[in-house]
Amino acid sequence: MWTPELSLALALAIPAIGGVAVALLGKYPNLREGATLVSAVLLALNVAYLVEIAPSHPVLELANLAPGLHLVFRLEPLGALFAAVASGLWIVNSLYSIGYMRGNNEKNQTRFYVCFCIAIGAAMGVALSGNLLTMFLFYEVLTLSTYPLVTHKGDANAKRGGKIYLSILLGTSIGLLLPAVIATHFLAGSTDFVAGGLLAVNEVTPAIAGVLLVLFAFGIGKAALMPVHPWLPNAMVAPTPVSALLHAVAVVKAGVFAMLKVGTYIFGPALIAAAPTSDALAWIAGVSIVLSSVVAMTKDNLKARLAFSTVSQLSYVTLGVMLASPLAMLGGALQIVMHAWGKITLFMSAGAIYTATKKTEISQMAGLGRYMPWLFIAYTVGALSIIGLPPLGGTWPKLFLMQGAWESGHGLLIVALVASSILNVAYLLPLSARGFFSAPEEAKLKKKPPMLVILPPVITAAGVLVLFFLIGPLRDYLAPVFLSSSLAAEAAL
Amino acid sequence: MDMLASLLPAGIAVHAPALIVVIPLIMAAVAAFMPKGLWAWGVTLVTAIAVAVLSLNILGQVSTGGVISYAMGGWLPPVGIELRVDMLNVPLLLLVGIVGLLCVIYALPSVADEIAKKQQALFYSAFLVCFAGLLGVTITGDAFNVFVFLEISSISTYTIIAMGAGKDRRALTASYNYLVLGTIGATFFVIGVGFLYMATGTLNIADMAAVLEQNGHDRVTQAAFAFIVVGLGLKAAMFPLHVWLPNAYAFAPNFVTAFLASTATKVAFYALIRFVFSVFHPEVSFVALSFTWLFAVVGVIAMIVASVQAVFQTDARRLLAYSSVAQVGYMMLGLGMGTAAGLSASMLHLMNHALMKGALFMALGAFALNFGVRRVKDLAGLGQTMPASSAAFTVASLSLVGVPLTVGFTSKWYLVTAALERGWWWAVAALMLSSLLALAYVARLLSAIWMETPPAGKAGLAPARRLAPWMVLAPMSLLAFANIYFFFHAAPLVGLARAAANAVMGGN
Repeated sequence: MWTPELSLALALAIPAIGGVAVALLGKYPNLREGATLVSAVLLALNVAYLVEIAPSHPVLELANLAPGLHLVFRLEPLGALFAAVASGLWIVNSLYSIGYMRGNNEKNQTRFYVCFCIAIGAAMGVALSGNLLTMFLFYEVLTLSTYPLVTHKGDANAKRGGKIYLSILLGTSIGLLLPAVIATHFLAGSTDFVAGGLLAVNEVTPAIAGVLLVLFAFGIGKAALMPVHPWLPNAMVAPTPVSALLHAVAVVKAGVFAMLKVGTYIFGPALIAAAPTSDALAWIAGVSIVLSSVVAMTKDNLKARLAFSTVSQLSYVTLGVMLASPLAMLGGALQIVMHAWGKITLFMSAGAIYTATKKTEISQMAGLGRYMPWLFIAYTVGALSIIGLPPLGGTWPKLFLMQGAWESGHGLLIVALVASSILNVAYLLPLSARGFFSAPEEAKLKKKPPMLVILPPVITAAGVLVLFFLIGPLRDYLAPVFLSSSLAAEAAL
Repeated sequence: MDMLASLLPAGIAVHAPALIVVIPLIMAAVAAFMPKGLWAWGVTLVTAIAVAVLSLNILGQVSTGGVISYAMGGWLPPVGIELRVDMLNVPLLLLVGIVGLLCVIYALPSVADEIAKKQQALFYSAFLVCFAGLLGVTITGDAFNVFVFLEISSISTYTIIAMGAGKDRRALTASYNYLVLGTIGATFFVIGVGFLYMATGTLNIADMAAVLEQNGHDRVTQAAFAFIVVGLGLKAAMFPLHVWLPNAYAFAPNFVTAFLASTATKVAFYALIRFVFSVFHPEVSFVALSFTWLFAVVGVIAMIVASVQAVFQTDARRLLAYSSVAQVGYMMLGLGMGTAAGLSASMLHLMNHALMKGALFMALGAFALNFGVRRVKDLAGLGQTMPASSAAFTVASLSLVGVPLTVGFTSKWYLVTAALERGWWWAVAALMLSSLLALAYVARLLSAIWMETPPAGKAGLAPARRLAPWMVLAPMSLLAFANIYFFFHAAPLVGLARAAANAVMGGN
């Protein structure tokens, strides 16, 4: 009945059918949102099943394009986890979207929900892909389907942002990622994800691997490694639910997830460590972490600040991949999960504040915490998790990354991680402080924010707390991916 | 394939290679005497259907029975004229036959709008002559015959381009320009063929190749090679011999542009392959030298320079015309690799590019038909007023960039793989750079279509939606759909391209 293959197909089919249903129900807003929610719940259930069966690696061939070129899904734990994060947060974010889009009387809501469905479907495709070709395909679909969401407002500003968004993401993927994919196919005879690393198995020399690694690192523009990051701050012209789910979770995580998957299954840790460019890339990631945190400090616009914070946090994953030690890569994988929950909380808070007060600048938000205490508590919890303080989920990736950096002989990079956490405190917490302790500018809110924009961030904040205690199962689940003696030894302790 | 081979009764199938040229030629005369444009179009349509069926039948025959050699009038080669079909020219016959049919369906509303009523019958007649000429170049196995058919197609092309003068009188200068350059090209080509005749004493292509292999090469054949490459290069719009093309495409009637862009340069490119690989041999030293230092270099320059020029065009059709020059560069690069993989990638792109440009120029024609759009900025808001045509246009332009889910991606995949196989990293870089430039010029078109607001109608009313006639929509959508379909089912086209390369390179 519910076979693994069917389930893999459903992961793509549910958002697709959901999209069609949303389009057909465009005239009946309540039914339309119902369709979104039903799809989101069904998808999450389906993905829960996928998470369970991931270790058995079911395979589903989607299409056979030409001899040697296949579109294939092959499930493995990393992808299952990414799919779980994206689909789980889609439910919360859908609730939030309803509150936000209606609360702000946005136009073209049907198009918005349809594109959202396509984007989630594409994210599923990236998560489940069994080879580079499939991943590349869904990666591009993700770019194209989110473009109408970024330019949703349709004004000059949105168009300009959209242009930068599209040109950087398409430009890097076609100019750098595509040749890397084809070269991989040429060198290895396939693009399949193979345990231990496809290129390593095919004995590609470290020098060539080094060149490919650079192409992948910058070609996967969605990972926002400096200097290909500007698309992300520019994507903030989108409505906040888009920024929350796509530019804190689905799209950007698809980028770093792709990076992680390429690192794990195409190169393999040993080949990355041997590649002459991996050290340089690790340092670029380190610089990216610190520099974008510094830039975030200078932004008064809350969403812009969060965007640069995301750029910084994404580079943690890239750093983990480039350090190529099992612990660092595990840290990178956990960062995908933990940062997603933390950052979506922050973005949803920003959108809730906007819905209630139309304020976008941090300097104007004095005292708002008194009117929206739950929201500001949620924001603070999310921020603390991003900073990396226990007992919140964000603690673990930082810890593992630091250990990994030490293990692989890059002790100096720990400084970057610590510096970034300090900077995080300096740019994320002032809003909490101002919200709770400064005197409000107005006597009361212009309008009471709808329940649906307050509740979702509170839910995700609670999730951040829960995730802290789920580290054991998570680590056991991911450990086989980064098969390594050191990790196994540590688990035994 | 057996089904295709038995598509026609044996008595007709035997003569299919001759009929595919003769029918359009005779029908051209018939069309000229039709009293009304509609009737002439009917004649043209019947002809195009016949040609499409014949081309499918020939494909079936060649795939099941191997190379067809047809002795014209019963005079056996090498004395008589031979029509010869192998796996290299079958794809071209199919392309001209099927895309030609789609273009003819598209022609009725488009021509009715652009050509004066009195001239329509003559227009269709000239088109059929051109059609016959292209098919003749493709199918003949005789070098001098190639020249004859090339001139037949060219001279009629000058005419039908000039008939764009009804809308824009610059079509006259564009056509005149092409006439001068085209004639120079044809002259070069015939001089080259003359030299070859001098050296080999035969005009039959297969025979020439055999004699050349036996006698070896000297100055005369080297000169012949140079003349032929320049002559055919001009027809194929090989950079820098492409200068006739942008204006010709920009000012010709829309139907003509759609037809020429997807067939004419392709046929000339085929003739180039035929001469370079079949008559001369890729292993002869000066031919091998020309691969790397002529075709590949010129191809790369075209890919970049013409793409940059495309980015800065204001006229939408000129923009796509420069893009065509760049795309010919891709094919030249593939040819220049001198390997079976390179040549098959080149052939694959040849077919795929016809699908893209056919759809793109048809869509521009639809825009012109409904709103008189010519310039890029006039495309503003067409996404709202002509959503179906805009969607087809969008699919084809993404294909041009090489976005996955379209055949453009498949083309690029095979070109890059072939370049890697050859060890040409610089060619990979050039391919990617050119793709990015394609993204830049396509983005201009697409952002105008989808992101701008349409100009307000009379009295400030919101502009109305206008559907293109179904005869425009159907072939255009079919081509756009083919761009997606052949991504998922690349095997047939890739198979054709491989077989084509193997036909002239040997091996399997």
